This record gives sequence, structure tokens and C-alpha cells, in this order.
Amino acid sequence: MIAKQGTWVRIHDVVLTTEERAPNIPEDTKKVPLEMWTKGFIIDDGAIGDEVQVKTITGRTVKGKLVEINPYYRHDYGKFIPEILEIGIHLKTLLWEGDKDE
Amino acid sequence: MNNNISYESVMSRKSEIMKKAVGIDYSVFEYGKVAFDYERMMRETGYSLSEMQRIQGEAGVGNTPLLELKNLTALARQLAPKGKGARIFIKDEASNPSGSFKARRAANAVYHAKKLGYKGVIAATSGNYGAAVASQAAIHGLKCIIVQECYDSNAKGQPEIIEKARKCEAYGAEVLQLTVGPELFYTFLKLLEETGYFNASLYTPFGIAGVETLGYELATQFREGVGKDPDVVVCTNAGGGNLTGTARGLIKAGAETVKVVGASVNLQGLHMASDEHFNKKSFTTGHTGFGIPFSTWPDRSDVPRSAARPLRYMDRYVLVNQGEVFYMTEALAQLEGLERGPAGNTSLAAAFSIAQEMDQDQIIVSQETEYTGAGKHLQPQLSFARENGIEIKFGDPSEEIPGENIILPKHPAFIKAIDIDLNKIRKSYIKNCLQTSNTAEFENEDLEFLAADTKTNLEFVKMVINEIR
Repeated sequence: MIAKQGTWVRIHDVVLTTEERAPNIPEDTKKVPLEMWTKGFIIDDGAIGDEVQVKTITGRTVKGKLVEINPYYRHDYGKFIPEILEIGIHLKTLLWEGDKDE
Repeated sequence: MNNNISYESVMSRKSEIMKKAVGIDYSVFEYGKVAFDYERMMRETGYSLSEMQRIQGEAGVGNTPLLELKNLTALARQLAPKGKGARIFIKDEASNPSGSFKARRAANAVYHAKKLGYKGVIAATSGNYGAAVASQAAIHGLKCIIVQECYDSNAKGQPEIIEKARKCEAYGAEVLQLTVGPELFYTFLKLLEETGYFNASLYTPFGIAGVETLGYELATQFREGVGKDPDVVVCTNAGGGNLTGTARGLIKAGAETVKVVGASVNLQGLHMASDEHFNKKSFTTGHTGFGIPFSTWPDRSDVPRSAARPLRYMDRYVLVNQGEVFYMTEALAQLEGLERGPAGNTSLAAAFSIAQEMDQDQIIVSQETEYTGAGKHLQPQLSFARENGIEIKFGDPSEEIPGENIILPKHPAFIKAIDIDLNKIRKSYIKNCLQTSNTAEFENEDLEFLAADTKTNLEFVKMVINEIR
């Protein structure tokens, strides 16, 4: 997929490799690089996986690997957790009808 | 600008970058081996209460509703011994622009940045503060960059933090999202150097002073609406600014007898800088991973002298569990008709428990709420936990093991705030001062500073120092 110049994209970059990481961090964290994601308008046409430059919303120029074109939010309300329903039902019974467990 | 942007080189320029980016020379307030003049720093670099009320008022911040939680009070009284069960109130800080009390901190910081002529502001935060800075920057026409710790090494993000990124971007901010690690600070310093923007740190005098209006408003609202001051104010405690600012505001209102209680979610056992532990937690703020280290060493923050010094004001420190806070979040919606974000309800879970120790004519208040929405709500946060192998069940929350399970109380009687030994925290702070200052002998002025900074006395400080030696 090609992002035409001026398209809103997301890029990825490694800030510190595993060798460059700070000495006083936990072992599991030291085993992985410090990565960063940024968004901006792509300066020249580029394909997913290319090293590209973007102009961020504050006007900075940032380099990185193109990972997403027209990035969007995927977070939501998650999957149903049935336990949550029980809380309100139990509390309303306790408060308005008294504690039947006792 | 120095062109060497290697990790070591940037970190070695930390103090000069910070001085430029905060506009405060902290050394003028320092004396002795560890001491510094906290009140002078707050006076000379902060704002007066009336100035803050004006600054915040013009930015739509503050004057949030104070609500009595009558059904939760009735429930607490059912569980409490006869005659016990204080009236429970909540300060609905979610009604600030950007949806949390952090708007108060950001309003001052961004106003100050604008006054000093900075073109933009930068904050390192994964929480509500980012949204608050972004919102205030939008109002003042400044550029804004927020740096977040957001993902683990599998690029899996905490839903709550991803929502915060969305909110920052909604206000026009640039958001940089990083994987786990304290070296985020390196990226932060590089950005400050590159842009010349203001460091809208959470821990500057103007930021902390911004919360004073909350404490002041609380006292005023109680006097006007109820006819007396509250007996206990519970503050969710992470970096300490919420508690510090609120307590200072109460004192400024003359409400000096009010007991100030800190409450944090118990995440003991989870390492905050661990990639593997990152997504095992269901709270990204208000927890012991910040609350304990920032109480025992406030100057670990991104400014040389943190204005958030919770031990100066804390009368009691309690812990609640993740399951209890999620449960109270649902209780607040179901019994009080207030759907609010989970992290802010940490203090509510504690207040519900502490109310049961207090007399019925007494008053306890949970001093903040926060907004809620996709990602930042008990449903997605519990769903995310379950996906990450965390067991969710009803039971006794005192058996909860952070990172392994979340235990929702099987009955509200199981919600119990657990006291932590405040003297132990104080000792740990004094020990950190000894170690950091690398000194054999403290001057009298240092001892006096430590007594004030731990809300104790000279005898206590001397005893602790002798014990450590």
C-alpha cells in the first residue's frame, strides 16, 4: 500500500536498541528495544515498511518506518464481563430489600 | 543546541535542559545538605490563590459540584457498627474541561508558559494530565506534545492509555507513544531541547499550586452547603500532587483540623519498569507503583525539587485493591447515577471503608472523579485483564495478588482500606535523603527541614537517623 504525499500516517522507530538501554532497568525490559510510534503527514510518497519522513501536527519533521496509513483508534468497551452485572443487582437488593445473606 | 543526541550525552545535559524548559533556578531555594525553602519556592514561583482562581476561571476550570452520596452512605451504615457511618461526599472533578482535576494543574502550567513566552508545552504523562495540558494549550493557542509510555514489547497497549492518546489528539496535541521503560525521560529531554518548549511538569510549583483551589473550594462548599468543614478528605495518591495541593488549599481556607488521607491501589509485586508486568496491571495511575516511590523520594520527578511533597500533609495512608475500586466504580454508577472512570474512584473505595469507622454526624469526602469512556472504564479494563490471563472473580479482595487475579468483593462488607505504616514511609524518605546527600552529618537546618517534610518533629528525625546509622 502506498501513502501519497500529505497523507496522515503512523510511523515506528527504535529509540534505543537493547545494547543502548539504560543499565538499571529490569532484565526483561533490557531484552527488548525502546520503541516509539508517532503520527504525521507523510512528506514524500511511501509504502508500508519504507523509511519515511513525516511532518507532525506541531510541525516537527520525524523519521521512521511507515506502519499505518490513515491510522484510527481501535480501543472500545472490551468484551462482556458478566460479573459486572451482578454488582448492581446485589447492591440494590442489599440497599432496598435488606441483606438476605444474613 | 548540542548535536550529540546519544543517551549519555542528552542525560548529562539534564539540568541545563530543565532549567531552560521550566524557567526556575531551584538552587536559590536550596541550603544545608538536603534542605530547601519549600514555602518560599511556592510563594515566589507560584501564584496567589485569587490569581489561580482567576486563571482557572477564565479557562473554564474549577467550581465543580460537591455531591452527597446518600445511597452509598446508607449502604455503609448498614455495614457499620451502630451509630457509625459518616456522610460520604464526592467532588465531581470530572466536570472540568478535559475531565479530571488535572485541568487545575495544567491551567496554571500552561498559563505560566504562555506568560513567559514559550511557543509550546511538553508533558511526559500517560494519564489525565496529558489531556489536561492539551486542552489548556488549545485554549491558550500553544503547541502541545505529550509523551506516553503506552505499549509492551508486543505493541500491546493499555486501553486506558490509548484512550488518553485519543483525547490528547482530539485537543490538537502531538502524541508520542513509547514502549515500557524509564528512558522515556531521554526522549522527553531530546524533545525539550529540540523544540525549546516549556516543560509542563506535573511537579512544578505552579502545577501543584493549581490544585490548591480544589482544597479551598471543598472547604467553602462545605461551609456554604453543610455548615461545617469535612472531617476527613481522602485523596487518591500517585505522584503526590493531588494530596499536596488539596491539603494546602484546605489550610489556606483555614480548615486545618481536617484529616488528609492518601489512598493508593495496591499493585505491590508488580515492577513498574518491567515489560512483562506492564499489561498485568489494571490501573495506570493512583497506584502504589507511583504512590510509594514518590512519597519516599519526591525529588525523583522531572524537576530538581518537586513541589508535590505528600508526606508534609498526609495524616494517614491506606491501600485498596483493584477489585475493590472496580466494584466501587460500578456501585457509584448503579447507586448514585454517576458513571465515572475507575482510577479516580480509588479514594472513594477507601472513603467507603473509612466512613464505617466514623460517627454518623461526621463527614468524609472523596475529592475527585475522572471522566470515563471507551478504554477507560471498568468493562474494557477488566476485559483487557482477562485477555492477559488475569483471573477475575468474586471473593475476599484481601486475597488479591496483583498481576495474577482481580478479586471483586463478594459482599460490600469486604471492602477494607488497609493502613500502611506512615512512620515506615517517613523513615524510608529520610534514609533516601541521607543516601542521596552522601553526608555523614546533617546540620540543624536539615533536621528541621526533614521534620517539616515528614510532618513529624526533631526527635523523630534524630531517632530515625540514629537507627539508620
